[in-house]
Amino acid sequence: MAQSYLSLEFIDKTFERNGTKSEVLKQVSLGVDKGEFVSIIGHSGCGKSTVLNIIAGLIDATSGAVFLDGKHVDAPGPERAVVFQNHSLLPWLTVYENINLAVSKVFRGKKNKAEQHDWVMHNLDLVQMAHAKDKRPAEISGGMKQRVGIARALAMEPKVLLLDEPFGALDALTRAHLQDAVMEIHARLGNTMIMITHDVDEAVLLSDRIVMMTNGPAAKIGEVLEVPIARPRNRIELASDRTYLKCREAVLKFLYERHRFVEAAE
Amino acid sequence: MSVTQLNIKESKQVSPKAQVVAFSPAKPRRSIVLMATEKARRLTATVLPPLLTLALLVLAWEILCSSPTSSLPAPSRVLSESWELIIHPFHVGQGVDQGMFWHIAASLQRVALGYALAAIAGIALGVLVGQSQWAMRGLDPIFQILRTVPPLAWLPLSLAAFRDGNPSAIFVIFITAIWPVIINTAVGIRNIPQDYQNVAKVLRLNGFEYFGKIMLPAAAPYIFTGLRIGIGLSWLAIVAAEMLIGGVGIGFFIWDAWNSSLISDIIVALVYVGVVGFLLDRLIAFVGRLVTRGTANA
Repeated sequence: MAQSYLSLEFIDKTFERNGTKSEVLKQVSLGVDKGEFVSIIGHSGCGKSTVLNIIAGLIDATSGAVFLDGKHVDAPGPERAVVFQNHSLLPWLTVYENINLAVSKVFRGKKNKAEQHDWVMHNLDLVQMAHAKDKRPAEISGGMKQRVGIARALAMEPKVLLLDEPFGALDALTRAHLQDAVMEIHARLGNTMIMITHDVDEAVLLSDRIVMMTNGPAAKIGEVLEVPIARPRNRIELASDRTYLKCREAVLKFLYERHRFVEAAE
Repeated sequence: MSVTQLNIKESKQVSPKAQVVAFSPAKPRRSIVLMATEKARRLTATVLPPLLTLALLVLAWEILCSSPTSSLPAPSRVLSESWELIIHPFHVGQGVDQGMFWHIAASLQRVALGYALAAIAGIALGVLVGQSQWAMRGLDPIFQILRTVPPLAWLPLSLAAFRDGNPSAIFVIFITAIWPVIINTAVGIRNIPQDYQNVAKVLRLNGFEYFGKIMLPAAAPYIFTGLRIGIGLSWLAIVAAEMLIGGVGIGFFIWDAWNSSLISDIIVALVYVGVVGFLLDRLIAFVGRLVTRGTANA
């Protein structure tokens, strides 16, 4: 297997609780190229968040390995920054301080104080949140919090940006705004991004490739769909675009025909 | 076509609304007056009910204790009998013959010392118990048993150890206040959300950075809950401890007044004890809000 920029090789994950083993992931292999935007989609409980946590290094794989830029990954680190589902901003710090915490840690000795300040402000500008830099997380809306969460992750200058259902807790309109913001950032900076989602439209709109996972237990990659839509993409134009609709249909068919979610199948 | 026409109509309807904005200079003036009356209304709403209740209670007390054979003095009699005590809080006499201010100050000094020691040791032990599974298994049962020992039960033991009243009283304060601080700190540390720990992991914070930047601020609301319970218990314990150790202090003052049958003085002292206890509680809550920057719901 030729190694990609980021590659997951034969990842197995088994959780053990009270002596009963449950197999979550089985033989998950995936390669992601530099600058690529990949979504991982699947029904809830299929282990897609587990995949992301293994890439982030927050969970250890039972067997298999993750390589990033030729190096083996086995612990969390800022080169794989995570945008957490519920933003995870520290409530006692202001927006500025939250990002500065990351910047001062990651760029200690590499940037001086003034450069660090500029870098914080630059990332706040990227997500259009510079106006709220002195606010606390409790004083801003959910969408704004997630913008700050994205800015914090970007400020670490990661090799891969990991987005764990970043817009799941937001209302539809705010979600659309943030999707546009992420698309714009991806176009400007060319980051490699991996996003976990359960929203079909979101996956098709944002991704170069969509990784569809089968249902657990022992979930694996069912299909990988290329999304051959030119960028920049516009959600209104795409609404009647034939390729877009085809991609959407393919994902829907996978999720609702071939791998229907059976609830409480224990 | 019909849609665009609709748009035009709407925009026409919108235009008069835009003109309303022109009136806005008048708004601030009106709102300042409104805000002032609103503030005054809120103030009366918070201050009036307790004042009314207090007046009613004092009235009831006056009526109940008005008979000459009553064993307890009525408020009017308290005022007349203890007038000297009330108007001379800074009186300096000999021995324990001091104004109320000096008694309270002596008690506060003991509480400050014992409480400060309890806060430092309590937070340190709480962090240990909250962080380490083994420390928790080893120490928690001991803490759970020791914390039920009443404060005064420690006094004879500490008198035996220190052979002096003052350090014994301080030790009683310490041992009374430390348990809620330990337990709440430990709970706070154990309840640090996984999200914050993940953030720390992704940033590769070292142990020292994690302690200062995540652990203490995240646990601060819990720690201050413990500190607030602790200050209340300290103030409860000091009165009892001072009754036994003697010397200048509000506890001994009350005991001395009882021995001299100065019931009115006791009532004056109780008012002081209550007010000071309330202020101490508010002080810790205020410091808590300051330190946690409003994330503590104190």
